[in-house]
Amino acid sequence: MNTENIMAALEIMWKGMAGIFITITVIAIFVWLLGRMGKKK
Amino acid sequence: MEYLFEGILSVTWQQIVMYAVGILLIWLAIKKEYEPSLLLPMGFGAILVNLPLTGVLNQTLQGGISSNGIIEWLFSVGIDASEAMPLLLFIGIGAMIDFGPLLSNPLMFLFGAGAQFGIFAAILLAAVMGFSLQDAASIGIIGAADGPTSILVSQVLHSKYMGPIAVAAYSYMALVPIVQPFAIKLVTTKKERRIHMDYNPSDVTKRTRIIFPIAVTIIVGMVAPQSVALVGFLMFGNLIRECGVLETLSQAAQTTLANLITLLLGITISFSMRAEQFVTPQTILILIIGLFAFVMDSIGGVLLAKFMNLFLKKKINPMIGAAGISAFPMSSRVIQKMAMEEDPSNIILMHAAGANVSGQIASVIAGGLVIHLASTLIH
Repeated sequence: MNTENIMAALEIMWKGMAGIFITITVIAIFVWLLGRMGKKK
Repeated sequence: MEYLFEGILSVTWQQIVMYAVGILLIWLAIKKEYEPSLLLPMGFGAILVNLPLTGVLNQTLQGGISSNGIIEWLFSVGIDASEAMPLLLFIGIGAMIDFGPLLSNPLMFLFGAGAQFGIFAAILLAAVMGFSLQDAASIGIIGAADGPTSILVSQVLHSKYMGPIAVAAYSYMALVPIVQPFAIKLVTTKKERRIHMDYNPSDVTKRTRIIFPIAVTIIVGMVAPQSVALVGFLMFGNLIRECGVLETLSQAAQTTLANLITLLLGITISFSMRAEQFVTPQTILILIIGLFAFVMDSIGGVLLAKFMNLFLKKKINPMIGAAGISAFPMSSRVIQKMAMEEDPSNIILMHAAGANVSGQIASVIAGGLVIHLASTLIH
């Protein structure tokens, strides 16, 4: 078992999931703001 | 007359296995209608590239004369040189997607992220099983439930398992109606599956629909530059659809372009299904890890929904979380069917569709992040 690869896979796991959640949350907030601005008009 | 038997005499048992694999894929495509537009060309291509001394691959004939093969050329130009085929397909996919259900309920975005968990769980499992990091990352992306993304990531990372990865990705996408109910029932109760959800969509203005693909491209491009080709072409297709002034181009992208690329993509991918590459114990492992990825995607999405329910007054049916995979619209239909099996009056299709299209965006973000992270960690 290659411990170095497993540690790298774990790093990809947490960084990848964090990256997806942060990016998706930013997009969701942006869309929500767009929706709010549309309602005000 | 010996020259007539040269081919038959040089057939290997591995090539015979590949003929059986090809016929199986064609059978699945025709009889079971499992992703027929991809599995049928791949199945036929698997036979073509494994015929002895086949003319669809580059050959050096007796006398030193070199002959170019069409499938090897298609692979070289359409995938190896620039990943053009999967990327062009994304324009067509983008033009097909209506992001309306998602834009009217931005909370559904989160499930697209949660249901990518299987990618990373599968990368870890592949690494534990002894695959190199670039192969593990490529295998894990089967969990994106997105064929073109799987092909692109495995190509960019130079994985030698592109053939099995493509077969697994497309086969399990076709098996979503079997895999997802099994996974969802593992982590939900009957009571949870019966939760009703109100659907009060807010109007989505044309301006929002036009700004959305541009904004997503910029945001994702800033965070995960390796995703730009994927998300950019996806959103380009969607902008053509939503702008309202390019109707003929939108129709062309949805039909002509998507069909043409799909037609060629399957048979081109079969280049990576040559017996010496495909008939290995690793192929079996990749199929197992791919199934694990799909199961963990569904479980990840469901568990996220259950976690969110701890804080929400209006509870979410946790099955919606599992719809956050990229297999659209199959996954949302499966979720709706499961909801109606528990309670025939329960309609959650539009929520599931919102999560499902979010999965399409999240899967390409995941693809870009995996390329970026894996390439920086590979020594």
